[in-house]
Amino acid sequence: MSHNPSERLVYMANQIGKFFQSQGQEKEVAGVAEHIKKFWDPRMLKTIYAHHDAGGAGLDPAVKEAIGKLKDAAVAKEKA
Amino acid sequence: MSLIHETDYGTPLSKSEKMVTLTIDGQSITVPEGTSIMRAAMEAGTQIPKLCATDMVDAFGSCRLCLVEVEGRAGTPASCTTPVAAGLVVHTQTERLKKLRKGVMELYISDHPLDCLTCAANGDCELQDMAGAVGLRDVRYGNQGENHVFADACGEANPAWLPKDESNPYFTYDPSKCIVCSRCVRACEEVQGTFALTISGRGFDSRVSPGMSESFLGSECVSCGACVQACPTATLTEKSVIEIGQPEHSAVTTCAYCGVGCAFKAEMRGEEVVRMVPYKDGKANRGHSCVKGRFAYGYATHKERILKPMIRETIDQPWREVSYDEAFNFAAQKLRGIQAKHGRDSIGGITSSRCTNEETYLVQKLIRAGFGNNNVDTCARVCHSPTGYGLATTFGTSAGTQDFDSVEDSDVIMVIGANPTDAHPVFGSRMKKRLRQGAKLIVVDPRKIDLVKSAHIKADYHLPLLPGTNVAILTALAHVIVTEGLVNETFVRERCDWSEFQDWAEFVALEKNSPEAIAGISGVDPEAIRGAARLYAKGGNGAIYYGLGVTEHSQGSTTVIAIANLAMATGNIGRRGVGVNPLRGQNNVQGSCDMGSFPHELPGYRHISGDAVRDQFEAMWNVKLNPEPGLRIPNMFDSAIEGTFKGLYVQGEDILQSDPNTTHVVQALSSMECVIVQDLFLNETANYAHVFLPGSTFLEKDGTFTNAERRIQRVRKVMSPLNGMADWEVTIGLAKAMGFEMKYNHPSEIMDEIAALTPTFTGVSYQKLEEMGSVQWPCNEKFPEGSPIMHVDGFVRGKGKFVVTEYVATDERTGPRFPLLLTTGRILSQYNVGAQTRRTENVVWHGEDVLEIHPHDAEQRGIRDGDWVRLTSRAGETTLHALISERVAPGVVYTTFHHPLTQANVITTDYSDWATNCPEYKVTAVQVSQSNGPSDWQKAYDEQARNSRRIAPVVEAAE
Repeated sequence: MSHNPSERLVYMANQIGKFFQSQGQEKEVAGVAEHIKKFWDPRMLKTIYAHHDAGGAGLDPAVKEAIGKLKDAAVAKEKA
Repeated sequence: MSLIHETDYGTPLSKSEKMVTLTIDGQSITVPEGTSIMRAAMEAGTQIPKLCATDMVDAFGSCRLCLVEVEGRAGTPASCTTPVAAGLVVHTQTERLKKLRKGVMELYISDHPLDCLTCAANGDCELQDMAGAVGLRDVRYGNQGENHVFADACGEANPAWLPKDESNPYFTYDPSKCIVCSRCVRACEEVQGTFALTISGRGFDSRVSPGMSESFLGSECVSCGACVQACPTATLTEKSVIEIGQPEHSAVTTCAYCGVGCAFKAEMRGEEVVRMVPYKDGKANRGHSCVKGRFAYGYATHKERILKPMIRETIDQPWREVSYDEAFNFAAQKLRGIQAKHGRDSIGGITSSRCTNEETYLVQKLIRAGFGNNNVDTCARVCHSPTGYGLATTFGTSAGTQDFDSVEDSDVIMVIGANPTDAHPVFGSRMKKRLRQGAKLIVVDPRKIDLVKSAHIKADYHLPLLPGTNVAILTALAHVIVTEGLVNETFVRERCDWSEFQDWAEFVALEKNSPEAIAGISGVDPEAIRGAARLYAKGGNGAIYYGLGVTEHSQGSTTVIAIANLAMATGNIGRRGVGVNPLRGQNNVQGSCDMGSFPHELPGYRHISGDAVRDQFEAMWNVKLNPEPGLRIPNMFDSAIEGTFKGLYVQGEDILQSDPNTTHVVQALSSMECVIVQDLFLNETANYAHVFLPGSTFLEKDGTFTNAERRIQRVRKVMSPLNGMADWEVTIGLAKAMGFEMKYNHPSEIMDEIAALTPTFTGVSYQKLEEMGSVQWPCNEKFPEGSPIMHVDGFVRGKGKFVVTEYVATDERTGPRFPLLLTTGRILSQYNVGAQTRRTENVVWHGEDVLEIHPHDAEQRGIRDGDWVRLTSRAGETTLHALISERVAPGVVYTTFHHPLTQANVITTDYSDWATNCPEYKVTAVQVSQSNGPSDWQKAYDEQARNSRRIAPVVEAAE
């Protein structure tokens, strides 16, 4: 398994995605976003946001969407 | 302080609710129906002489000393085997009884050595006491006749004499002192459930025999000590008592090994432990023990203990002994320096699941309030963090639902991924006792563990699944329960969210989740799954006990959720005999989780982002807290390698040996600028440390541990810390050097602070523990006496939540290069990384980790029993000896992780649970091949370890 920081986080995020995928469509994106928000430390978020900015290679679609939402919320909060 | 004497009522307590009144020696007494006359008399304050009776085992009626007379009944019945009846008039002392008893004692003593003054049991011998009680003054038979006492009889060898058996490292068996009361044999059967002892021969030839007249060590004996405790004479005696003598004072304390949390009397002479004796009032263990808690405490005074603080600039230097102040200042400067250079979040710490609640609380407080971040985690990360996530999601709180007593009311017991007879032996014995009474058993485990089949125990269903397929099996069990109409609909409608249940039921009923559909994935016979599901759903009170075989998987959290779903669907929650019970690994792993050791949660499982919760802590601690979750252990390692995490304070945890993928951990630790290890010994992690702070043992400090049943129990100091300070004092010292003062005079003050800040602990205090002995949280205004069973009138979260559990195969796959699956576990005599047990005589049972391999797989590879074999995975390789065994299925191999030379975790990968990052220890694709001996990696590791453990000689300054 890779120890490249962003690759590892992509793997972890997709793992979370696989669980929420089975929880029904409406919960998928929200579930992933909530889980990551609840358990990831700021530097992990920063790394995955940067990876998302760079195209988010490897992220499953719903996971990508969830991370996008988290990132937007974080940016909005910073501006506020 | 004096020696605590527990009353022996002679026979066990009757659980009958019907009361009976009788008269004993003119005194009226009311007791439950089924009580023996002996016990009733004792409850009334009259001790009837006895030898073969003790309240840990059923009455036997062999010694004929406890005879009584009952008005209107003929003869002199034994009071131990005669139950009370309404209106009985009993006399315990009459001329006839006096004569009979004296005659019995005279016979006993005629075949017993008269070396009382030099006997190890002098002062603690029931035979001696009874000779005194019955007024024996003379032995008319002499002691020259046929006997078991003397090696020689009239110059010839005495065939009835047997030499002392000293094979067990902790106790001796001296047959010449045996009175054949069978208490040891019955304790082995009834309390421990091993059936290692029997009485061989008959009449005068009767003797206690381990196995088929084997030595104790060579027999099936597991050295739990129940027989030694039961023995009324010096026949079975602790070697420590033989060496030291009888104890003079004692204190009740809690074992520091597994999560069962056995209560012990530490019996002392001065500051020396004479022996540890299980405490009958201990509600977790009810007077029983295992080889670890009972005997393996010698590590506390082992010569390898490090008693002085040590520091070094770099890990290739030898250690330098310094004063505490110098060590604290050195560490503080390093940590503050790292923070100044790399940011506030660049350091963190790991709390110990072996230390007390109070100590754990202080470490997380130091990190959150002193370090100013939330980079705190604990060893639960690598064991039961999925339990936290899974049970919090479904039930609303992350803890087991029952007390251990609950098992006495279970009708069906399902054990999943746990091996209680090895890893939680005292609870294992309590479970076996219930099974022998007729409860049914389902075992879900890749291995044929002892519970599958051992003396008088046989699983009704064993589902030997392939490692990694727990979710598939549990969902298939649910499939059967739903599709065959076995759901307890009343319970679900009343207690759970009905619409979520319906979604879940629809999912599990899908054909892809049927036992037949998953047979190919799991390797389990579909009929066995169907049978097990029917039994669990309809067999009466169904209880699930599970261990790390559930949690340590990439789908660990999903499996815990699947277990909770099963219990809710069948209504097996909220009363005695049922429930969902995680068997916790370490003594205080429950407590360390409760105390806010996780990076996202403050004490009491409240998320750090909650403003109201943070406000409370900020007010009490007088500091601003960081609202963002911190790093978990695996994330700390990743961040260390990445270069953003540079300093770590580890209290009582050997992450290098216990965490997966050792090479990765080595890389992470070597990337850090300051690693502080606080431990009893120079453990493996200390090889990469810059500061070593000596730890103290559970015997040397006050505090509390919380066991797997949420039971908070006192740990009591019985000796001064050899290292000069208890662990909580060391943390306070380090904090102070970092400019964060914490002032407590005693751990009870820390508990008061915990109670003030934690809603589930508001009723907990040392005073309360003193009064009640122990208490199970939640203990607060709503539950002032604590909560033996949770979710009684409803779930903590409100409605129970069903969650869909889709099976996702792990990415760790077998293939042509790595065709076998390795799964890891524990063994009875060793504990965790072995730092403690390896430094005791327990090594006679398990001196090294071995690889269990099925004969078929071994033959294919030309491997014979005992051969050195190389074990290789994608992560690394090691070598160890092979043990050919049918306990593992073909395709599966198994080993333990107790020894640093083997380093089983060189093999394990860093795949982890999707929700919590709990490592997937239980599934690693491996290859096994022949080998000539230790691998280059092992040799290099050993060399590094030796080098790193050097301590510079102290140079005396010239005058």
